[in-house]
Amino acid sequence: MSNDLPILSIENLRRDFKMGSETVHALRGVSFDIFPGQFVTIMGTSGSGKSTMLNILGCMDKPTSGHYILDGEHTEKLSRDALARIRGKKIGFVFQNYNLLNRTTAVENVELPLLYNSEVSSAERRRRALEALDMVGLSDRVNHLPNQMSGGQQQRVAIARALVNDPVIILADEATGNLDTRTSYEIMMIFQELHRQGKTIAFVTHEPDIATFSERTITLRDGLVKKDETHEMQDAKAAFDALPPPETYD
Amino acid sequence: MSPITLIKISLCALLRNRMRTFLSVLGIVIGVAAVITMVAMGEGSRQSIKEQMTSMGTNAIIVMPNWNRRGGVQAESSEMLEEKDVIAIRENATYINGVSPMITVNGQAIVGNNNSPTTLSGISADYLKIRNYEIEDGVMFDDAADRMAKVCVIGQTVVKNLFAGENPIGKTIRYKSIPLKVIGTLKSKGSGDFGQDNDDVIFTPYQTVMRRFSATTNIRQIYANSIGEGYAEKATAEIMTILKERRNWTKPTDPFRVFTQEEMIQMVTSTSDMLALVLTVIAGISLFVGGIGIMNIMYVSVTERTKEIGLRMAIGARGRDILMQFLFESVTISLMGGVIGILLGVAASQIVKTVMGWPMIVSFASVIISFAVCFATGVFFGWYPARKASRLDPIEALRYE
Repeated sequence: MSNDLPILSIENLRRDFKMGSETVHALRGVSFDIFPGQFVTIMGTSGSGKSTMLNILGCMDKPTSGHYILDGEHTEKLSRDALARIRGKKIGFVFQNYNLLNRTTAVENVELPLLYNSEVSSAERRRRALEALDMVGLSDRVNHLPNQMSGGQQQRVAIARALVNDPVIILADEATGNLDTRTSYEIMMIFQELHRQGKTIAFVTHEPDIATFSERTITLRDGLVKKDETHEMQDAKAAFDALPPPETYD
Repeated sequence: MSPITLIKISLCALLRNRMRTFLSVLGIVIGVAAVITMVAMGEGSRQSIKEQMTSMGTNAIIVMPNWNRRGGVQAESSEMLEEKDVIAIRENATYINGVSPMITVNGQAIVGNNNSPTTLSGISADYLKIRNYEIEDGVMFDDAADRMAKVCVIGQTVVKNLFAGENPIGKTIRYKSIPLKVIGTLKSKGSGDFGQDNDDVIFTPYQTVMRRFSATTNIRQIYANSIGEGYAEKATAEIMTILKERRNWTKPTDPFRVFTQEEMIQMVTSTSDMLALVLTVIAGISLFVGGIGIMNIMYVSVTERTKEIGLRMAIGARGRDILMQFLFESVTISLMGGVIGILLGVAASQIVKTVMGWPMIVSFASVIISFAVCFATGVFFGWYPARKASRLDPIEALRYE
């Protein structure tokens, strides 16, 4: 794997925020590479700079200094519009609170990123959205509205939405943060399945438990990389099966 | 983003908030309907006045004494018109093909037990041509042969009032105890929109009125007919020159006032035009208020959908995609309001026309202009909220609760 060029490369990344007269150093020189097909967890407590990290990795924010190369493209100097284009074509976001549009069906939610890509026809858009929903196992929920689905199902729609534009990296921000353990493990099973298919995934979380389902964990602390280790990937399916059966109420 | 997608996104957003959309549309509907109706009213009254004036004869010119009034009281005795003026114009004017004096007497026309309060007009034969009257039955009197003759030509209303369906030719009307023999009747011209009846007339030779009824040599008005459209100016100038020359006039002020058809129409319509303008401006203000309503609702919409905007930006929407989306929504609201408003305005105009009998004319131009103004309103009032949306920071917007 290390023979490949990194899909994502950050070098001495710094990000300062001006808060009145004070300057907060959220990132103080972070460097790491992520290679194609890797399933990486970015860990850290609140205040460690992981949200700032994710915003920069997602091309929604620019570093104060340092380099960020995504899929061979330097992003530091790009305009707002160019960053929007990269977000639309190269990045798939999965958020903690799903961020699905209300009163919009599952398939229409999944189609959303392709709306901003004029190269994709509406028929092609629908086809790819249905395919993505199938990948997350929601073929039978295509025309459901978000409020007709469980949290786990909504998050799966969100994952389908992140897949639909065939991004070079999937960025997940506390994607299991709003879910119970069983559902969290189900979601992790989907991520592991995507990993098996060769997708590159960066998963931000503060739960060490969730990090064990990835193959590499980068731990941030006070704006610096504290630990970056590759480890054994725990099988989410096995963990799920090992859980006690859900309580039933008769 | 393709235009079709844009339309779809915007319509979906509008349909999601039906009540709110309906109320903003209503603001525009009321504005546009009011503008359309007011313009129709203005245009209608203008046209009806014009038609009425035209029914007088398209090339008519009227000469009147130039009353010099101060504070509503005649301050200075004015120069009077006389028969010699009529003769001078008839003989010397080159841009005139008909001229007639007009002297009127008010009274009752009586036949047996019937009477009719019709004004007696003393004229010469040219008057028919100037005012577009035509003989239906019998003959018109001749200026030379019937000078001072006790004959008359009557309109259809008089025929109806005095003769009740009988043939009036050869019968006698008594006017102020003087018998006048009916020698002809006029074709009906109908009535104008202000209720005056063009058929309620009795014409008699002007010499008959001057000698037998009012014992005067003064003429109140002279009617003339210019030789065609475009000669009105020359004809009035010529008349004025003839009248001044006869009197060796040297004063700076004109002794008479000469109006062309055009000037008379302008005089009469200027007041109603002003009123129509004021009403249209008020209606326009209500359209403006409707626009402010759109702006307000778009602001609410942008704030309420901050998170949605953040998401759209996160997954690849550029600022201008967001701008277009919101702009399209506001334009859709205003155009929907425009279409409904135009239909409502046209319907209201028809109702006013039918129920109240007012002349109403919905012009094509007013419809097109209203539609264009609606589009502009949508863009103008939608622009600022849409730009605000397009400039949101995706991180902040996603965090917004």
